[in-house]
Amino acid sequence: MIIDLPPGFILILGAALVPLLRGRLRSAWLLLLPIFGFAQLLGFSHGEYGHITIFGYTLTLTRIDKLSLVFAYIFHIGALLFLIYSLYFKDNVQHTTALIYVGSAISAVCAGDLIVLMIFTEIMAVSSVFLIWARRTERAYAAGMRYLLIQVGSGLLLLAGIVVHVQQTGSIAFNHLGLTDLGTVLIFVALGVKCAFPALHNWLTDTYPEATVMGTVFLSAFTTKVAVYALARGYAGTEILIWIGAAMTMFPIFFAVIENDLRRVLAYSLINQVGFMVAGVGIGTEMAVNGAVAHAFADVIFKGLLFMSMGAVLLRTGTIKGSELGGLYKSMPYTATFCIVGAASISAFPLFSAFITKSMVITAAAGEGYTLVWFMLLFASAGVFHHAGIKIPYFAFFAHDSGIRCQEAPRSMLIAMGLSAALCIGIGIFPDALYRILPFTVDYAPYTTTHVVTQLQLLLFSALAFAFLIRSGIYPPELRSVNLDVDWIYRRAAPTAVRFIMLQLAHIQSFFKHTGRVIWKASLVGRLAPGSIANPFAGRSTIGTFVLLTTLVLLAYLVLDLF
Amino acid sequence: MKSPKKNYWLDHRHNVDKVFYTLCAFCAVVLLADFFYRKHAQLPWEEWFGFYAFYGFVACISLVLIAKQLRKILMRKEDYYDH
Repeated sequence: MIIDLPPGFILILGAALVPLLRGRLRSAWLLLLPIFGFAQLLGFSHGEYGHITIFGYTLTLTRIDKLSLVFAYIFHIGALLFLIYSLYFKDNVQHTTALIYVGSAISAVCAGDLIVLMIFTEIMAVSSVFLIWARRTERAYAAGMRYLLIQVGSGLLLLAGIVVHVQQTGSIAFNHLGLTDLGTVLIFVALGVKCAFPALHNWLTDTYPEATVMGTVFLSAFTTKVAVYALARGYAGTEILIWIGAAMTMFPIFFAVIENDLRRVLAYSLINQVGFMVAGVGIGTEMAVNGAVAHAFADVIFKGLLFMSMGAVLLRTGTIKGSELGGLYKSMPYTATFCIVGAASISAFPLFSAFITKSMVITAAAGEGYTLVWFMLLFASAGVFHHAGIKIPYFAFFAHDSGIRCQEAPRSMLIAMGLSAALCIGIGIFPDALYRILPFTVDYAPYTTTHVVTQLQLLLFSALAFAFLIRSGIYPPELRSVNLDVDWIYRRAAPTAVRFIMLQLAHIQSFFKHTGRVIWKASLVGRLAPGSIANPFAGRSTIGTFVLLTTLVLLAYLVLDLF
Repeated sequence: MKSPKKNYWLDHRHNVDKVFYTLCAFCAVVLLADFFYRKHAQLPWEEWFGFYAFYGFVACISLVLIAKQLRKILMRKEDYYDH
């Protein structure tokens, strides 16, 4: 019976019980759900399950193959780690919605066709917004609205793409699509929004840092990875993805260097890491796709770990601004240590996870002759160490002592961070375990003398550059500020433009009112019987009179049009 | 909770210097390591002595210098969007 449920449903259904439970039972239930889910997943063999016929279409709820499995595995692992982290909080809203979010993400990567994929990504969008709103501030409410608008908007694009695609091909199957027609292009753009393509990325850096402490940790892992999965399934080898991916690795690091909110710095570096995956999918060779998938796997853990450590800092100090933090290693030594492990992992130090995953993408880029892309990815590799690897731990835990003395992170958080750190190192030391579950057979040896030495050169000299810039005072200080990004268009430019247009309309309105009044007074009625009929142009201008005028103009136009 | 008065190793300027010089020493070691093994390069310039070291250093310096200039265009007051 339980095997008939699509993967992820145990978490979604289990969420319903959470508000009814208390104390240890509640905690135990939260942790058991991903474990049960994982056990159920292991029961599946490759194939398609759960066919339902609706409106003449046969939907396939579940498809299990190597590509969906590796994402389903890591989503369960991530869910367990993040739930341990979240045990400190007793917030039913966050726990239920987080479970539904993760569960639908798992169902999405195991979806058997395009329609099922769309349904689950929509559930993800709607459930995850509560992780932002649960911060229960006005600022978070506004950010949540922006998040929801863009997520649902991308869902509509996806729907439109699927409708067009089905019209043209008659198939809802989700296999390789490629950019062949309008339908597949729309689906591509919809996934691009979720994946944070350049210029479509800003919802992520705008809203993730506004979520709750546990919310940001959950958000960081799933939406973008589902999009990477979908791109790997439908658009592997699509050349434009290589350039999109390379751009994604490059531009966020400039923002990350000057950003003050450390969780926003991590949000920018999240885009940078997803860029490596997108580029890998675009190159499309077996090694590149393996690298993209492996990097997604590693990223869930190390990016989760970094967000966890910054969440702990936010919880204990009440701020996450680099300009106000510093010297926290004295108060939070364990958190600092785990953060450094996460930083070493994202920076791809030998013996840490990204060293054995990201390098597959970079090697594939060189192997396929994308020299410029190779230079860009290498620049981004140095840059990620600079802004995520050094800046995050440095400004939070070292730098100048801010004088803040606080408690160490709660025990559940330390356990979650410790386990994540252990996994980061475990994957780095024993890459074969991960390589074995990748979609294609791996023919790549990460630990060669050349790779280890060159990578150490790249990273240590990046560190030297940072140290040199800090010591010489050239490094830009952390300042209380916001940086403009694409969100400026919809948060400032568009509202200003609308306000300007409304103002102009008001001018036109008062012009009409004025001339109207003059004409009225000059007219026969106005002169013979002043006051007998109310002057329609007198009095305060209201939207009503304006609408009336517009209607009259339109009516006149219509009447004239008849002749 | 630890007393704020407690003295930490990193509180002393000369210890921070020690960290910096250790980093320099590590850099020198990995740079000189290039003499002692045979590189398996995919691209010709990868074989140059210290290519990765040079590229990493230059990349990070230029990253920061460009980002610093970007601040002039992009940076606003913290409450920019609040009203």
